[in-house]
Parts: sequence; structure tokens; C-alpha cells
Amino acid sequence: MEFRDLIAEKVTALRPSGIRKFFDLLETMEGGISLGVGEPDFQTPWHIRDAGVYSLEKGFTKYTPNAGMMALRREISAYMRRRFGLDYDPDGQIIVTVGGSEGIDLSLRMLLEPGDEVIIPTPSFVCYGPLTVMAGGTPVYVETRQEDDFKLTPELLAGALTPKTKALILPYPCNPTGGIMERADLEAVAEILKDREIAVISDEIYAELSYGGKHCSPASIPGLKERTIVVNGFSKAFAMTGWRLGYLCAPRDAIAQMVKIHQFGIMSAPTVSQYAAIEAMKNGDRDIEAMRREYDHRRRFLVRGLREAGLDCYEPRGAFYVFPCIRSTGLSSDEFCERFLMSEKVAAIPGSAFGPGGEGFVRMCYAASMDDLTEALVRLKRFLKTL
Amino acid sequence: MNHTELLKLLEKDCRATPDQLAAMLGEDTGTVRREISALEKDNVILGYNAMIDWDRTGEELVSALIEVRATPQRGEGFDRIAERVYQFEEVESMYLMSGAYDFAVTITGRTLREVASFVAARLSTIEGVTGTATHFILKKYKEKGVTFESQPVQEERMKYL
Repeated sequence: MEFRDLIAEKVTALRPSGIRKFFDLLETMEGGISLGVGEPDFQTPWHIRDAGVYSLEKGFTKYTPNAGMMALRREISAYMRRRFGLDYDPDGQIIVTVGGSEGIDLSLRMLLEPGDEVIIPTPSFVCYGPLTVMAGGTPVYVETRQEDDFKLTPELLAGALTPKTKALILPYPCNPTGGIMERADLEAVAEILKDREIAVISDEIYAELSYGGKHCSPASIPGLKERTIVVNGFSKAFAMTGWRLGYLCAPRDAIAQMVKIHQFGIMSAPTVSQYAAIEAMKNGDRDIEAMRREYDHRRRFLVRGLREAGLDCYEPRGAFYVFPCIRSTGLSSDEFCERFLMSEKVAAIPGSAFGPGGEGFVRMCYAASMDDLTEALVRLKRFLKTL
Repeated sequence: MNHTELLKLLEKDCRATPDQLAAMLGEDTGTVRREISALEKDNVILGYNAMIDWDRTGEELVSALIEVRATPQRGEGFDRIAERVYQFEEVESMYLMSGAYDFAVTITGRTLREVASFVAARLSTIEGVTGTATHFILKKYKEKGVTFESQPVQEERMKYL
């Protein structure tokens, strides 16, 4: 018997990440700089870590309720009202998950029947398509464009709808493009979805990293709230990636069904992380502001540097990535990244990794030190001259 | 331009160049350069120092925190006494305090004896100084927001997306 014959075809058909080779190479290089990984370079603020440590000292090491501790759900509810003007009942409209990723997975598994289509604007984070497939659905990719500020325009959305459309993913603020959807853009989406049975999965993990204006959640738009699942988490806003903690806010019926899936697959999110998260929500607003200010400085620095180097670069409005266009070099995004890495030891990620529409762009993460960003720009300028 | 943000950036890393600062703040380099000069002239920016952990060098240094009690003087309060203390090169920092004593003075010398003799011979003999208590610093953990610690352990981390 060969074990590989036992594996489900939809799993073997999943495309492995094509960028691993870059990072394995980078590891072997002396003086390499990675602008690759999408992760805050800050440590979780100490008062939050301390709350986690304290919970361990007290011996709080048991499962929590499936939907998460009520104390945490209350804090999440207050936070959603305070930061985004949204109202969710901690009892029945909120579930605590293992990161935003589990939240997306739960949403798709709750919604999809075989053959259901999910509209996914791209370039965007790599998980939506594979998770859709694993849940039995069919991804329908919609290419957003730089000239539209990487927004999902009404025309693009209308063109992707079919009678099989079950869900729309709104990945804004967007990794990797930095694009956002403003109120008017979301109202246009609401208008198109009116009278249709389509759910919206709004991945707002980068909501707190919005520059030059507050994040607008689809759930605050009349006509969208009742169909929207808000996915959020602690990883990006509070630099808590390793704690693996996120949450969903959604209509009662959705939460009730997702709690079942979560209960069987996960039981409950990590207890120590939930205690830390309560502290984050109670006393962490200042941390959010401080980190956002720093990211904003680096964002401006990197955009200006890339433009000075001669690259066409959209000014990102959210998240912590820049997504310059490298078509002027005549290279594919894959070639660009490979040659940049080999000659200058700087790792960036080819736009093609983020789905249709990503070719011709490169993602650089500015959750890196100013020293690294400065040096990366020096090397980039040198590299561009050799082309 | 709003100089609070500029000052915060410089306070964190004074090596940042006007070019870098301008890009980070969305200003042009000339404006930042002029603003820095003005802030230097107005004594808002007083200097640019490196943070050094001398314990990691071969240098043997002894630091002490000295509580100083003093009698304020008519018309001049504590300032005249302070002036006579802080002008000694050995004095690194000096603050007027509320509470049980009046000044907190930190000084650094090469040996315990050097520090002790500074306190005995120079500090406590100043007119108006009525008493001192010297606390030697055993270990520095953090100064001006910077931690004096060993290299962090390399974590195993996700490398890809």
C-alpha cells in the first residue's frame, strides 16, 4: 500500500507555496534582509503578556466555554462598539477562534454546499481559495486593479455573480495591496447584493492598521450587516500572532452553527491567550495607536523610497505592505524576486503568489526595522541599475 | 510642521537622517533640516548621545544614586545649590525631588573610593547641603527606554507568508 493513494484528491491538488525556496535560500545567506513575512516586528506589549503569565500562575489551564470566555466576549463586544460603532451581543453573536484564519475556515464550512461559489477579490491573502475548496466550494477570483486602488468595484462584483454565488469575501484592508473599501464603495456592494442570498465574509484583521482615516466595516452598512460575518483577531492589532486568537461577529444563526463546528474541531481557543486578550481589549488602545504610528512612518518612508528608485507604487491605505509595480523592469514578479534575492540578499514576495492580478507586482512588508528598510532600499536601487 | 513627531523619532534614534525623517513624516528634507536647526537653537534638542552598556566593555565603572538634603536659600530656592552641584563633571544627572529628600544625583566614577570621596569631600561640604545618602548601583536594567539585556534567544518562527 502507498499512503499517498489514500489522500483525498482535493488535498493533493492544493498548490504548495511557491515561495518557500526563496526563504530557504535567504536563511543560508549572511546579511540577508527579509521583507517577506507578514508579521508585526513588535513584541506583544508587556501588560498583555503579564496577564497571560498571571493566568498561568493562578492555574487557569482548563478548557473555556466553546464560544470563548464570556468575560472576553464582553470585552470584544465593547471594543467593536468603541472602535467601529458596531453592536454585537456577547451572548450569541460572538465566537472566539484560533486566529482569524480559523474564523475564515468556520465561515466557509458553515456556508458552503458542493458547487457553491465564493467570490474572492485578488490579489489577496493566500488562504481564501484553498479553504473554499476544502469546504467543498468553488473559488471565483476577481482581479482588482491598481487604477481602481485595488478596490472591488461594482462592475467587477456584478460581473462575477452567478446563481451559484453563496459568499463574497471582502479582504480589506488588503494584504498584499494595502487597498481599502470606503463607505461609498461598500454601499455600492450593498446595492448589488440587495435581494440576493449571499453572505459577506469580511476579513478585517488589519482594520486597526488603517492610515489617513478610520476603518469602515461592511457590518456598519445598511443592507450588509445582516449578511456579514466580521472576521477579526489579535495578531495584527496587538502584535499577538503567536497567541493564535481571533474572533467572529455575526448574526445569531451563523454563530450558533459555527460554534458547533468549532466545538467538534477545536473545543475552545487557548485559555492563556484568552486571559491575555481580555487585558489587550481593556487596556490596549494606546498600544494600537503607538504601533500604527510607527508603521505609518515606515510606510511613508518605503513608498517614497520605492518611488525615488523609479518604481510605480500605489500608496497603501491599510495593513503593513507596499505593493510596487515592477512591470517597468521587464521581469516577471517571480524573476524579479529571485534575482533581487540572489544578487542583493533581500527577500520580497512575488505578487503572483497572491492570485490573479498579482503578476507584475511585488509585496514588501514594512513591519521591519528602519535600518533594514533603509538598507533594503539602497540594495534595491543598486539592483534596478543592473537591469 | 508638527515637531512633536519629529522629536519623538529623534529621541528614539538620533542617527535618523533628515532624508529618512522627512520620508517618515511625509515632509520634505529641507523643512526637516530647518526644523531641527531651530529646535537645536532653542535648546529643545540639547544633544545626541549613544546608549552604551559599559559593563560589556573592559571599563570598570561605579555609579551611585545620591539622595541629597538641602536648605533652600532666600530668593533662590534650591537652584543656587543645584548649580554648585551639577557643575561637577562627575555628576551625570540631577533632579529636584518631592518627598523625603531634595535632590537625586547620579554620579559615576572609576572606583568605589572615588565616588565615596566625591560625596565626602565635594558634595557634603557645599553650603546648604545638610545630609546625603549614597546608594551604589549594582546593575542597570533599563535606561531611557532601552533595556540592558543579553541577546534574545533565537525563536523558531514562520518564514513564509
